[in-house]
Amino acid sequence: MMQFTDYLFYFFSSILVLSSLRVITANNPVYSALSLVLAFFSAAGIWLLLHAEFLAIALVLVYVGAVMVLFLFVVMMLDINTETLKKGFWNYLPIALIISGLFIFEIYLVVTDKFFYEAKVLSEDATSNTELLGSVLYTDYLLPFQIAAVILLVAIVSAIALTMYGKKSHKGIDPKDQIRVDKKDRIRIVKMSSGKTK
Amino acid sequence: MEEFFKLYLDPQLAKTISFLIKIICIVIPVMISVAYLTYFERRVIGFMQSRIGPNRVGYFGLLQPIADAVKLMFKEIILPTKSNNFLFFLAPLLSIAPALAAWAVIPFNSELILADVNAGLLYVLAMTSIAVYGVIIAGWASNSKYAFLGSMRSAAQIVSYEIAMGFTLVGVLMCANSLNLGDIVMAQSGGISQWYCWPLFPLFIIYFISAVAETNRAPFDVAEGESEIVAGFHVEYSGMAFALFFLAEYANMILVSILAVIMFLGGWLSPVGFIPDSIIWLLAKVAFLLFFFLWFRATFPRYRYDQIMRLGWKVFIPLTLVWIIFVGAMMQTDYAEYFH
Repeated sequence: MMQFTDYLFYFFSSILVLSSLRVITANNPVYSALSLVLAFFSAAGIWLLLHAEFLAIALVLVYVGAVMVLFLFVVMMLDINTETLKKGFWNYLPIALIISGLFIFEIYLVVTDKFFYEAKVLSEDATSNTELLGSVLYTDYLLPFQIAAVILLVAIVSAIALTMYGKKSHKGIDPKDQIRVDKKDRIRIVKMSSGKTK
Repeated sequence: MEEFFKLYLDPQLAKTISFLIKIICIVIPVMISVAYLTYFERRVIGFMQSRIGPNRVGYFGLLQPIADAVKLMFKEIILPTKSNNFLFFLAPLLSIAPALAAWAVIPFNSELILADVNAGLLYVLAMTSIAVYGVIIAGWASNSKYAFLGSMRSAAQIVSYEIAMGFTLVGVLMCANSLNLGDIVMAQSGGISQWYCWPLFPLFIIYFISAVAETNRAPFDVAEGESEIVAGFHVEYSGMAFALFFLAEYANMILVSILAVIMFLGGWLSPVGFIPDSIIWLLAKVAFLLFFFLWFRATFPRYRYDQIMRLGWKVFIPLTLVWIIFVGAMMQTDYAEYFH
């Protein structure tokens, strides 16, 4: 006898699989990006079924709400010709197959690992998943967490530094100069007679 | 209510039906307040600009929103040529659905709440962050330059102000020690001096300004920018499809105001001890904040796009970060009680 949550699981996972397929088969890159949004959303639904509400909401908040918006922003601006993109498909296929085989093997290793089941037990604890994650992250895994944070910081700094590199290419005005503007920089009042004589 | 239905139906069905009735009990008042918010906006801005505003339909023009709704319903929905049909109709739905879904976790008083979830604050933030898809998809699917420019502006603006908004929420949850919206309100009990708008005053101001920017309201309404890009992302929409965008914008305004009230102004709690707590306080505070939205629109000229970006990234985000560190530091001192 299947429970209601089982039906929900199959509902979410079938949408997840279908939309992931759409990501790589869609001709229009905007459709691909939107399918990826749907895929993230269904993955969040599956996580909610596992009582991992923090992860689920963080996925929606960070990936759906911010990262994919910026993705769409870029994809919509580009004029991508899908024909030229598909040109090297058969040449790259063997490499792609090797890489995807590796991926599947790695996923197999993780899924069959004993840690995978420990994590599941943790999430079924009585206290909320958010609290548990926080307490583990800031005690047992403090050092890896801090290292990850520092790597992210370096990535942020380097991304900004890349846009600053070279000579100034935009026409933006320095806000300080704008505020400092005075009346006499912009207008010159000329006093002159009206030309009429009394 | 659930018990009543259990007398006649099986328990699972009774639960579902009572939930549906509760949802209707939230959505219909929200929709009515949206309708009358548009009326008040026109009246208030009218008075601020020495005009009368709508006063013909019903007493004082009170039936004007209903007349508007009927008019919009009977208008033809025009589909632009070479637009993307599916996405064109999906966009208004995508903008109204999150605006209503977020109401699920809003506590109206200590009992009146649809879903009392622990991660309520995060849920609301997630729901408001996906509302931007309606705008982006509308702009792209319309196949129009003005609509596209509007949606690009809106995407950049909403993503940047969401970060500042998220950081202000971090300050609140540091003080309240909870992500549950009901618990956040109860942590502020004990009169007006205990409300979080005092220890977190800069965060309160930043939250409210970011909320104005998130809902694309003046002076941050570059996504619509009538004088620059006609009507921005919804320039190609007409009839009910346009009305859905309109409803979503006003429902979001009420939502962010109610969130500001819950997090900074003590929700349904009364400001002084001798008057009982009640939902009336919540509604009064929300109405007060909504008035600010209308006031801003009547007062301020529209921000320039680069100024909006500068304000979000270079002023608000650093300020919120500094205040979070300040709150964290103060919690370690003798003044910790003022920050709880």
